[in-house]
Parts: sequence; C-alpha cells; structure tokens
Amino acid sequence: MADLSATMTGPRGAKPRRVLSGRNIMVYGTLIVVSLYYILPLWVMVMTSLKGMPEIRLGNIFAPPVEVTFQPWVKAWSEACTGLNCDGLSRGFWNSVQILIPSVVLSIIVASVNGYALVNWRFKGSDVFFTILIFGSFIPYQVMLYPIVILLREMGIYGTLWGLVLVHTIFGMPILTLLFRNYFSSLPEELFKAARVDGAGFWGIYFQIMLPMSLPIFVVAIILQVTGIWNDFLFGVVYTKPDLYPMTVQLNNIVNSVQGVKEYNVNMAATLLTGLVPLIVYFVSGKLFVRGIAAGAVKG
Amino acid sequence: MKTLKLATALFASVALPTVALATELEVTHWWTSGGEAAAVAELAKAFDASGDKWIDGAIAGGGSTARPIMISRITGGDPMGATQFNHGQQALELVEAGLMLDLTDVAEAEGWKEKVFPPSLLDACTVDGKIYCAPVNIHSPEWLWLSNKAYADAGIPVPANWNEFVASAPALEAAGKIPLALGNQAWQSNLAFGAMTVAVAGLDVWKKVNIDKDMDVAAGPEIAAVFAAAADARKLAAKSTVQDWNQATNLVITGEAGGQIMGDWAQGEFQVAGQVAGTDYTCLPGLGLNAYLSTGGDAFYFPKLDDPEKEAAQKRLAAQLVSPAVQVAFNLKKGSLPIRGDVDLAAANDCMKKGLEILASGNVVPSGDQLWSPDVVKQNEDLMVEFWKSDMTAADAQAKWVENLKSGM
Amino acid sequence: MAQAKHPGRLLRNLNAKIAAVPMVLTTLVVFLGGTIWTVVYSFTNSKLLPRTNFVGFDQYERLWDSSRWIVSIQNLLVFGVLSLVFTIVMGFVLAVLMDQKIRFEDTFRTIMLYPFALSFIVTGLVWQWILNPEFGIESIVRSWGWESFAFDPLNNPEVVLYGLLIAGLWQGTGFVMCIMLAGLRGIDEDIWKAARVDGIPTWKTYVLIIIPMMRPVFITTLVLVASGIIKLYDLVVAQTSGGPGNASQVPAMYVYDYMFQAQNLGQGFAASTMMLLSVLIVLIPWAYLEFGGKKHG
Repeated sequence: MADLSATMTGPRGAKPRRVLSGRNIMVYGTLIVVSLYYILPLWVMVMTSLKGMPEIRLGNIFAPPVEVTFQPWVKAWSEACTGLNCDGLSRGFWNSVQILIPSVVLSIIVASVNGYALVNWRFKGSDVFFTILIFGSFIPYQVMLYPIVILLREMGIYGTLWGLVLVHTIFGMPILTLLFRNYFSSLPEELFKAARVDGAGFWGIYFQIMLPMSLPIFVVAIILQVTGIWNDFLFGVVYTKPDLYPMTVQLNNIVNSVQGVKEYNVNMAATLLTGLVPLIVYFVSGKLFVRGIAAGAVKG
Repeated sequence: MKTLKLATALFASVALPTVALATELEVTHWWTSGGEAAAVAELAKAFDASGDKWIDGAIAGGGSTARPIMISRITGGDPMGATQFNHGQQALELVEAGLMLDLTDVAEAEGWKEKVFPPSLLDACTVDGKIYCAPVNIHSPEWLWLSNKAYADAGIPVPANWNEFVASAPALEAAGKIPLALGNQAWQSNLAFGAMTVAVAGLDVWKKVNIDKDMDVAAGPEIAAVFAAAADARKLAAKSTVQDWNQATNLVITGEAGGQIMGDWAQGEFQVAGQVAGTDYTCLPGLGLNAYLSTGGDAFYFPKLDDPEKEAAQKRLAAQLVSPAVQVAFNLKKGSLPIRGDVDLAAANDCMKKGLEILASGNVVPSGDQLWSPDVVKQNEDLMVEFWKSDMTAADAQAKWVENLKSGM
Repeated sequence: MAQAKHPGRLLRNLNAKIAAVPMVLTTLVVFLGGTIWTVVYSFTNSKLLPRTNFVGFDQYERLWDSSRWIVSIQNLLVFGVLSLVFTIVMGFVLAVLMDQKIRFEDTFRTIMLYPFALSFIVTGLVWQWILNPEFGIESIVRSWGWESFAFDPLNNPEVVLYGLLIAGLWQGTGFVMCIMLAGLRGIDEDIWKAARVDGIPTWKTYVLIIIPMMRPVFITTLVLVASGIIKLYDLVVAQTSGGPGNASQVPAMYVYDYMFQAQNLGQGFAASTMMLLSVLIVLIPWAYLEFGGKKHG
C-alpha cells in the first residue's frame, strides 16, 4: 500500500519509490512530451523576435538566430507606428494599467458578492438570475456591441474610463460569479450558520469569514480577469477615446497591419511584451494558486 | 540684432493667441502600413501648416476592424472630427440619419464639380443633391502583376494579356512554379473575379449587369464565360496557400509564382522590394485585355459636431484634401491616383502612368462599392472564396451570384 | 436560523438585496434586455443602423439558405465536441499526472499555463506558422530526410478544423488543468485513505469516486470551455480567415461579418439569435437538473 503519512496539503497520488520506476517514466515522459507541445510556440516566438528580417525570410522558424538582435524589441516598445504616432507599445501601456486595475477590482468584488449571495443568502428567483447570467456568458461580444453603445450613451458615460470598467464588469460577471458560487458552496455550511447564530450580518460574514477563506478562488479570478481585460481589444477601442486606448490597439496595429511588409520579428516581440503583464501575474500567483487551494480552508 | 530678437519676441507674443486658437480635429482612418502612414502624414502636415491641429486616430486591421469602431462612436454620441470610409454606400445611412456634415458649400466654393475626375467619385458622395464627403484618391483593382523572373526561369516570354497568361501556365507548372498567386481571404477571390469580368466579358456586359442591373444578362452566356474562365483560373491557383495579399505578391516578387490579380496598391510591395517595372515585373491594367479600370477609393466624411469652430475647421480640412498640392503629395506616397485630372504627377512610376493614361482617356467605370451595397459585396465574397477553393461548378456559382445581386435590388 | 421577530432581519436582508442589485441589473438590462433587443431587430431589415422596419422571417430564410452559415454550424458542432472532449480529458489527465508528487511541479504548471496569457490573435498567428508547410513542421521533418512527409492541415478543407483544434487546445488546456488540479487537491484526504483501505485500485478511485465528487469543478470547466467555443472568433480570423474557401467558418464570424462588413444588422442579429437559441437548448435542461429537483438551505 502506498504511504499514508502524506500531509493534508500535499499531492494525493502514491508516493514515488524509485527514480526509474515504470510509473515514473510514464508520468515524466508524458509530462515532458506534453511540455514540448506547450513550449514549441514560445520557442518560435522568442527565436523569431531575436532575428533580423533577412534571416527570417531565409531560415526555418525553429532555428535559433545566427545573429541575435534586440532591435525588434526596441522597435515594438518605442518605435512602431500607429498611423502618425510612432511610439510603439509604450504609448498604451499606462492606459492599459489604468483600465486593468479598476476593472479587475470592481468585477471581482461584484462577482464575489454575487456568488456569496447566491450561495448563502438565497432570495426568490436567485436561480433564475443565475441561469440568465450563465446564459450571458455564451453571448458573443460582437452581438452586444450596439446595445451597449446605446446603454452607455443613455447613462452618459460613453467614451469614459468608467464606461469601459462597467463593460468589463458586466462581461466578467457570468464566469466569475459561477466560480465564486461554486467555491462558496464548497465551504462548510456550518461556518455560515454559526456566524449567523452569533449575530453576524451579510457584510460581517462576507468580510470576516468568507474573504479570508477565499484566497485560491480570488487568484483564479484575478488570472482570468487580468488575462481577459489585458488582452481585450474590441471593448477598449469601441468604448473609449484615443487618449485612453489600451496597449492592444498598438499590438493590433503591429500584428494586424494588413498592408505593407509584415515584420514578423517585431510582431513576436510586441506579442511577448504585451503578454508580459499576464505572464508575470501567472508566475507570481501560480504557487499561490495551488498552494492556496491545497492549504485552503476547503476542509474546514 | 537686438531689434530682431525683440521683433521675434513680439511676433511670438502676437502669434501665440493664433496658435492657441488652432482647432483640434481627431481624424480616424485605417491607413497604417508604411506607405499609407507616410501619405497620411502629408495630409496632417498640410492641415497643421494652415494653423489647425490634426489628432491622429489610426486603427489598424483594415476597414472591417475600423468601421464598427467608427460607426459606434458616431452613433454613441462621441464622434471624431473626420473619418475615412470607402466611396459609396458604406456611410449612406449615417448621412440619411443626419449625423454627417453637409459639405455642399465647400464643394461649390472650391469647384469640386468641375475638377473632380471621374465625376462618379463625387456622385458617390452625393445624397439628395448634397455633398457629404471629400474624395482623396482612386484605387483600381483590375491589374495583373507578372514576375519576369518566373517566366525567364520557365524559358518563355512574359504574357501580354490574360489569355496568354492562361496559355503559359503549363510551362510555368513544368518549371515548378505556381501560375497564379491568390491569398486565402475572401475579398481577394472576389477582386480577382471582378477584374476578370471586365476583362473577359467586356465593358458593355459589365455595365448592363452592374449599372443597369440587368439580371438576364447576369444569368446569361457572357457571364457564364467569365465563370468558366474563373473555374480554369482556380486550377492555376490551387497550389497558392498564403493568407494575405502581400504574401501572395511576395510569391510574384520572388518568382515562385507567375502572376497575381491585385489592385494598384500591389506596386508598393514591388517598390519596397527594389524591383523596377518592366524589367523585374510587368503590370497589365485590365488584365491586358480591356484596358478599363474601375475607380474605387477612399473619402473623408465629417460627423456633425455641435461646435461652430470645429465645423469651420472640418470644412477647411475638406477643402484642403481635394486641393491640388495635397492631392499630389498624398497620392505619390500612397501609390494611388489623384481624384482630379489637372494635377501633374511627373514623379509617378511606369505602372502608375499607365493608370493615369487610362484615367485620362476616360476608360473608367465606377467600382463595385459604389454600385452595390456592402451586403451584396460581402455575399459575393463568401461565394467567390468558396468557388475558388472548391470544385463548385461554374453554373451553380453563377446562379448563386445572380441571387446575391438580386438581394441588393 | 434567526427568525422574523427580530427587527435586524429586515436590515440584514436589505443588505443582501442591495448586494444583489448589480447582478439583477446586469441580467435584466444587459443580458435579457440585449437579447430581446437582438431578437426583435432580427425581424427587421436594419442595415447599418437599427430600424424598426419589420420583414417577418426574411432574415432567417436567407440565413438558412446560406451555405456559409450551414458550414459554420457544422464546423461549430464538430469543433465544439472535439474541443470539449479533448480539453476536459487532457486537462483532467494532466492534472492527475501533476498530482503524483512529482518534482518540478511549478515548472510544468507554468509551462502549461502560460499560453492562456496570450491572446487568440497571437495563438492563431504562431500556429499558422508552425503548421505552414513551407517553413513549419513539414519542412523540418523533410529536412531530417523523410522527403515524402506531408503535414499541411490549414490548407486542406478536410482537416483544417484539426489545425484549429491544435491551437485552441494549446491555449486553453493549461488553465483547465489548473482548475482540475485545484479540484483534486480539494478532495478530502480521508476519501483516499478509505479507498486505499478498501483496496480499490487508483484508476477506479478516480473514475468512481473522485470525478463524481468534482462535479462543480467539471461544470465550471464545461461552462468556461463551452462559452469560449461558442464565441470562437479571433483564433479563426488569425489562423485561417475561415479558409480554405469557407471550410473553417464559424458562426461568430458570420455574425460579425454581416453586422459590420456587410452592414446588414438584421442578418447578423438573425444569426446571433440562432446562436443564442442553441445555447438555450443546452442550458435549459442543465438549469432544470441543477435547480429543478433539489432543495437548498
């Protein structure tokens, strides 16, 4: 039998005994093969971004650069043009940050409260609202473009930062609410009941009991929202003004330039630069993600 | 010296208020490639030089990405100062909804009616007798671009027209070349078919179908011949697997492909690659059969703003866009043709000059964008991309084509 | 539970109600309102701007007469089923492997998760290169000496969907794996102990005990993946533009193209109404199962 002394926080499977057991070869072999599939495109992107255009035209995409150049990175960050503005991705970086922070914060607050209310403070029709919300997650964004324009116009926040934050909150709500609802419903109900008996109210229980136990799910929510909002192009460009355009508008220009010569090296550098913020969030939160859940209050 | 400095200082203090009065106009467009941006810079330079300020609002990804954004902003009540659309029906409803500025007084003061050539460009800007847009350039799609190198490799002369091109295809294939380069995107298939319609069926048939909208002709044998020709042509393009038009052009540049049907903007790619018209590549307007060009292009529209100062600036910009100096500077950079016949383009290259000659001789027809709604154009694109990339029969495709045209009538 | 005689109950309920206001407004005004708005205008001949000029079912007749739409629906079905099955199976199997007390877990997880940080536009572009026969996998294998090797999925209408699938799975499975892994770690250790004491084989424990216990995790994943599939747009545009021909068209592209390129809002709304209808057909049974019989506390 496998070792039973595994701690509560550790992985669940049987403990490996020998380094070269058949099981280990199977597990690591599979993971390494799969990892190759995941790494291959990153390899291509990084290698391409370090090559000059002549080398890209000649060589194969998997080969490392013969002559390493950082010019594509410099160009992507500070020189690539969008129309007449030639200051690359740097132009939109702070705008993206400015959009990202309030959007992530607001959408997660709203969704976590939703999930909490749906699990612990059920009201008449709450199932119906939740079902509609899930339905909402399937609506293609393009379909809602015009109705939202009208909505924001009537609210008088069309073209403002807050209009965009609202849009991100709305479209983030379905999936996030689902996540929080599932998470809160996995928490032992006794905790909630005990707090109620102690006389704690809606917000009291939320802040004192639910929040401290919810780090893992917040990490998941942050990952989802940072990725989605940071990579969003459509909403950012439709619902704001040019002085608020996010970084993806410049990325779109660099990657999507339909006419003229495609500079693949700059494309890839721009892509990697734009992806850095979500990537960093992943690297930082990756440990929290699993450790948080493993050590989490799930078992109560 | 001192007096000069004093004078300068004085002048500066006097000039300052005028600078402060410069009216800012945000201009949205989808011109973002190197040559295009250089051309826009000419427009901005001229506008800034006259004391106003051009705020650039470029959106990449072509019209299909940019137009929804522009339309949303206009209908959302946050319009820009000016915006690019293609000539024709794209902005028609915005005009009808009263969201666009009437430029008739500018057009009259500047004499656009006499100067804009061909007149169809101005007609496309006119709704109920009023003018709502300023045309800036002409683009014609009916060009066959040939690689001299590919033909030299195959050991045969460069064809002089479409028929010779088709006849030369087996020799090219034997030499390991793709006879016809064609990008996968739908609009490119439609463009190729459109170019073949004028070239193969001739002008009369073209006019009957597209201007008189005679559906019997559209379903008739002349058009059937065009579909048959396209069915042959698709075999020549079977090995072409690129996406973007400029990747297809690149196949021609490197001599991997014999030719490509593409608009006059393709010559920008040849120029960038350092190729010379006549020696490295050959251009055949109207596919070398019927030297007719259709005249689509770009125009600027000006959304209504509740600000008399901005409105005055909008009108100044409109007048400037059509003025001879701006026309020359802009079109030389863009590689397109000017919208007036009275300007001198001595600096134009051979292919551009061929286009200008055809334009001057009056062998022009309006573009599909002006004659058919975007809905019809899109349906035809869907049809053509399927037709070119599958074994759909010519008769089926023609029937569907006629149906598409009818939906727009 | 504290009962009605307490005056504080009103206030507490009030707080809960206030907290639910954003959700109620979003569902009613945006999702329900927007959907009704879309359905209503799908019966008009609106072009560039929404107009109330009703034309009955004309838009729907045209829609179902369009070969591109039919192909789009078929593609969505094939891609959807394959993508759903592969994402969930791969995600779960990888999570199980990751859960075997392996070394370098952080490294493996990061490698699998990072593609999720990149947008679909980029995913499509990179895989377009890798699958390109001229300089991608095909040319590499050929340069190794296997001259007849052919791998060109993106230019073959028969298999182009698998080309999209390779890219889609690359982008999405890592995240699903993480959710599954979190789910696995959330399973009480006592369950495993009990299973071992009873001598149930590991694989059987997973299939018979663990997976049923992870039902909420699977539902979350299902919704995440399925909603992504329905909305599939950017990836196809970047990777194949719907080609070759119309072979890899998807419904969201039809909607967008007709709303904005063709400036035929009515047609675009009719197509989106059909998409929403199909979502309802799947969701209503689910909602019934989820809320129908059970009583909640």
